[in-house]
Amino acid sequence: MTKKVLIGFLILCMCGSLMLFAQGGQEAKSDTQKPQEIRVMLANHPYGDLLKKRIPEFEAKTGIKVKVEQLQEAQLTQQLTTEFATGSSSVDVFMTRPLQEGLLFMKNGWYTPLDSYDFSDYPQSTVDIGKKTGVSYIVPLVTEWEVLYYRKDLLEKAGIAVPKNFEELEAAAAKLNKDGVAGFASRGKGNAGVTQMSSYVYNFGGRYLENGHAVFDSPEAVAAIRYYGRLNGTYGPQGITSMSWENIMPVFQAGKIAMWTDASVFYGQVVDPAKTVIPKENVGVAAFPTGPKRNNPFIVVSWGMAIASKTKNLDAAKQFLEWATSQALAKEGMMSDITMARNSVWKDKDVLAVMNPGLVESQATAAANGYPYDRPYMSSVGAARDLIGEVIIESINSKGESSKIPAMAAEKAKAVNELLKTDGEYQP
Amino acid sequence: MIKQGFFERNIKYLFPLPAVIFVVVLMVFPVCYTFFLSFTDWTLTSGKPLQFIGLQSYVSVLKEPRFHAALGRTFAFTFGAVIVEMVLGTAVALLLNREFTGKGIVKTLLLLPLVSTPVAIGIVWNLFYDPTIGILNYMLSKLGLPQSGWVTDAATVMPSLILVDIWQWTPMITIIVMAGLAGLSTEPYESAYVDGANSRQILFRITLPMLMPTILTAVILRSIDALKTYDIIYAMTGGGPGYASENLNILAFKYSFEYFRMGRSAVMLVILFVIVLFFSLGVMKLRKAFEL
Repeated sequence: MTKKVLIGFLILCMCGSLMLFAQGGQEAKSDTQKPQEIRVMLANHPYGDLLKKRIPEFEAKTGIKVKVEQLQEAQLTQQLTTEFATGSSSVDVFMTRPLQEGLLFMKNGWYTPLDSYDFSDYPQSTVDIGKKTGVSYIVPLVTEWEVLYYRKDLLEKAGIAVPKNFEELEAAAAKLNKDGVAGFASRGKGNAGVTQMSSYVYNFGGRYLENGHAVFDSPEAVAAIRYYGRLNGTYGPQGITSMSWENIMPVFQAGKIAMWTDASVFYGQVVDPAKTVIPKENVGVAAFPTGPKRNNPFIVVSWGMAIASKTKNLDAAKQFLEWATSQALAKEGMMSDITMARNSVWKDKDVLAVMNPGLVESQATAAANGYPYDRPYMSSVGAARDLIGEVIIESINSKGESSKIPAMAAEKAKAVNELLKTDGEYQP
Repeated sequence: MIKQGFFERNIKYLFPLPAVIFVVVLMVFPVCYTFFLSFTDWTLTSGKPLQFIGLQSYVSVLKEPRFHAALGRTFAFTFGAVIVEMVLGTAVALLLNREFTGKGIVKTLLLLPLVSTPVAIGIVWNLFYDPTIGILNYMLSKLGLPQSGWVTDAATVMPSLILVDIWQWTPMITIIVMAGLAGLSTEPYESAYVDGANSRQILFRITLPMLMPTILTAVILRSIDALKTYDIIYAMTGGGPGYASENLNILAFKYSFEYFRMGRSAVMLVILFVIVLFFSLGVMKLRKAFEL
């Protein structure tokens, strides 16, 4: 008798543990009875931080419960890709990078079409990047363009004007590279450096991809790669080939770098008094210097927001999307120096009163002349960035002098073409 | 005759069932599925369904220089780290085996690296290693020694990572060897003392040979982990600078989650699995030879 009881109890325990795994299916059925709940994935980005703070207001206003997760950009892509590839993800709304994963996600049908969204307040190029065959999938959130951050006090002391072109930039770097301060820095960490080197390539007259095939082995692009390597290798901080923005920023904030080219979106963090020893008035922002052939720095939609195609809470997700991309929140982002995509917030008087005038001016320049891509626009962009990154590192290590660079660039261009062919995106 | 119900007759199958299901679902199935994937060309970027291509992936992976480099580094890292940990860990265990004041505190302090999380260790050591604002270069400059690039220089990145691994895992060898020391019988020591052996002879002729099975157990456990090292490398360098600190596990991760080439990464993981398997079998055979 006791044996039967024991065995019955054991089976009950096993069934009980299986119940724990069956929770998900049951929740979907009783969706209409419980308050609506959505799962939102945000990036480790100033705007993601802003949204996270404001989510309780959204929950109070709409009664929709939000389960929010925040991840670093590369890990966000990996997490979303892994979840969507299994076809059974519970993600509803997420921040997305149109240039990094947009093609991949659109190809695999992982975004929901946004036909009822009002795109009138956005520049056309920012809306187009999130479109496929005329259907919109991504709402632009943040735009960024390449700028030159510089130490006003160091430039004044050395009697140098803010560099307007590449020759002046190199001369200034040489003059400022002393007393333990590196004259110049720009991302040297292979993959991460591809986006910031892009403006140099464009201003020298080159491109990464053109008409569906790789062209970064052209003489113009190679000249840009040599220049980038020379500046970083000669005047850059030690270990620059391992540094992306998150490594350069603390060194700049510690006062050990005089000039730094990177995306405009970091200005707010750079001057954050809690993290830097340099007073705000000593940090300047200038438009990216012009090159021998062009004045064409990148201006891109770095982050957008989208709804997952397999979402089970479309209405709640749409409400969240409208709220998170609203003009009110965009204005708030601008007030904390996050450079948003909407047109209206760039003309708002309150915003212009607090924003760094150098930042505003550089936006105007970039918007007028800029190029909408900062990386090869393709599905296998991760692999392509690693390949181009190899050439960048070779250039920096040899201060731009290595004789292997043209051959290496040609070899990597061929490899990128292979990637394009495998993904069906190649055009000869 | 006791009534034999269904449960009583099949009890030997029912009791292990939860554990068996767990092992099959979470261990056997993923390994078999990875093995299957290694014979396909599955990528997430092509938008096409996966196709069976036999050994083609194996051929292209085995020909790739980046794979060879990662393979070499996996072994170099494992041998470099484990041998030092083995010697250092045993030495510390022998020291801790005596009585001295403050032994409890010293033991606790020495075991702290073991309980810290790898990512936290990686972040802190990255700060130590920073060439411009890090404390290690600062100390080197104060001592008049040349500064190093540590993890930012391709030539010194692997030794720097091995150093972090040694700092983190030597305590584990120490614990295991200490347990072994506690289990040693005292008779050989007594007879050696009577025969007039000095302490060096006792150490090398009696203690160490008797400890060898324990030490080699610790070495197997540590080597299996070291071959698969991922956390500190990812947290500190992500495989960089360039590809200079990539081992097999990091390379396979890049291929799966950054390049989305699942077929290729499955090949690398199958090869890693085989390496770890043969390595453990080899050391286990060695251990048997020491068991008298």
